[in-house]
Amino acid sequence: MTKADKVIQHPDPVIEITGLMKSFGSEKILNGINLSLYTQENLVILGKSGSGKSVLIKCIVGLLSPNGGNINVFGRDATSLNRKEMAELRKNIGFLFQSGALYDSMSVRQNLEFPLRRIRKELTAQERNKKIIEVLENVGLEDAIDKMPSQLSGGMRKRIGLARTLIVDPQIMLYDEPTTGLDPTTSDEISMLILEVQKKYKTSSIIITHDIACARTVANRMVMLKDGEIYLEGKPDKFEKSDDPVIKSFFK
Amino acid sequence: MALKRNFISNKIFEVGEKTIQFGNWSSGGLASIGNVFLFLANTFRETFSREFEFREFAYQCYKIGFKTLPLISLTGIIMGLVLTIQSRPVLVDFGAVSMLPGMVAVSLIREMGPVITALICAGKIGSGIGAELGSMRVTEQIDAMEVSSTNPMRFLVVPRVLAATLMIPILVLYADLLGIVGSWLGANIKGAVSVVLFLSQAFRVVEFIDFLPAVVKTFFFGAVIGMVGCYKGYNTGKGTESVGIAANGAVVISSVLVIVVDAIAVQITDMITL
Repeated sequence: MTKADKVIQHPDPVIEITGLMKSFGSEKILNGINLSLYTQENLVILGKSGSGKSVLIKCIVGLLSPNGGNINVFGRDATSLNRKEMAELRKNIGFLFQSGALYDSMSVRQNLEFPLRRIRKELTAQERNKKIIEVLENVGLEDAIDKMPSQLSGGMRKRIGLARTLIVDPQIMLYDEPTTGLDPTTSDEISMLILEVQKKYKTSSIIITHDIACARTVANRMVMLKDGEIYLEGKPDKFEKSDDPVIKSFFK
Repeated sequence: MALKRNFISNKIFEVGEKTIQFGNWSSGGLASIGNVFLFLANTFRETFSREFEFREFAYQCYKIGFKTLPLISLTGIIMGLVLTIQSRPVLVDFGAVSMLPGMVAVSLIREMGPVITALICAGKIGSGIGAELGSMRVTEQIDAMEVSSTNPMRFLVVPRVLAATLMIPILVLYADLLGIVGSWLGANIKGAVSVVLFLSQAFRVVEFIDFLPAVVKTFFFGAVIGMVGCYKGYNTGKGTESVGIAANGAVVISSVLVIVVDAIAVQITDMITL
């Protein structure tokens, strides 16, 4: 039983992907992916570079248009939504980018205020400020409020990026390589933070990672992508005990 | 008004989409022209959106307008000074040195002020916008904006295009003014002319028809510089090399378009005044 398994799970799917296809020119990236994400579940997606992991989550959030298949998010087909409907859907989805993707020209406070001003328009300036401080405390960076992104370390940028997505209370979190480029200690801290987010914000999450230590810590379920298809899917134990050389090369 | 706006926007969209379809059919070459139309249509539509980003617009006006003032000041003074020093000997030969202020003022207001200022701005502002949006694209900041339910066209493109359209005419007028000051300084190198006499001689020659078309065309220069910078930056490819390509493309294309727009404006002005 992993640390992540201690979180209560419900069997309802929040995301259901069927027959997802994505190509860039003649190169097939995703070739008929079928996948579900369940309520309050942490689903880790593993795979070599170029196996289509990031493309998959970018299709979910509408940053890339799939060539075929369906992506049902909260029962709505995300592939058929217009721009306005997609913007509405995105209010419930947080996306942590690999680099943090903080807005360079804005301070940490302004970065956090940005989605809040646009998604939670009903909040007053005082309520916004309270929310900013609360979310910064949750990621352990309340002192960084007036810093610029250039003054932050890689781990701090990831934390602030996480705070920026959490500030609008999303129901789904998509993490794109959350621990890439970080030292082992900071990676562990980020992994623990992902678990805390799952418990505290009751999010359902897809975590794309190469980092097996992170995967072991956060996963309720794992999926291995290979050549644009699902190679193996199951509980972390299934991966740990697998004799398959492809899986073993990841878990050695 | 809103219906008319939607009609125009939809028509531009239609042209863009048809061009993309045709472009894909004909080996994709014209698809990029279609993308330009779609970008223009999106910018046009978002310009009249109810949720106008006023704070960002004001900040861009400050960045594009105020922060370009030192460069334009220097350019304006040198432009007037050099024009005066170069023209003076010829006018002296013809005994027409008294026409110097008027000639310099007309040259500056009609042509040199707008075109040189616009070209300088294409270099500074166009490359700045191209590089800024390009690096935002490469570091996924534009994607981050989109997933946080913010339309990047509305937040990034519209304020920059509008600020450039509004600020470049102001910068041109400022450059014209400093050009005349530079010209007065130039005239005083080899003679003594009072400011009052110089200005009265200069503005005796300048007419409304010299002034109006010159100002009108600078709005187009601004729109072209803002639009090209945003288009190149927004559509940057992957990797840091693409940022350089975007910035470079923004400068080259906007400079060429400034000259093309100027040529068209001169022809139109010529037809009107005939």
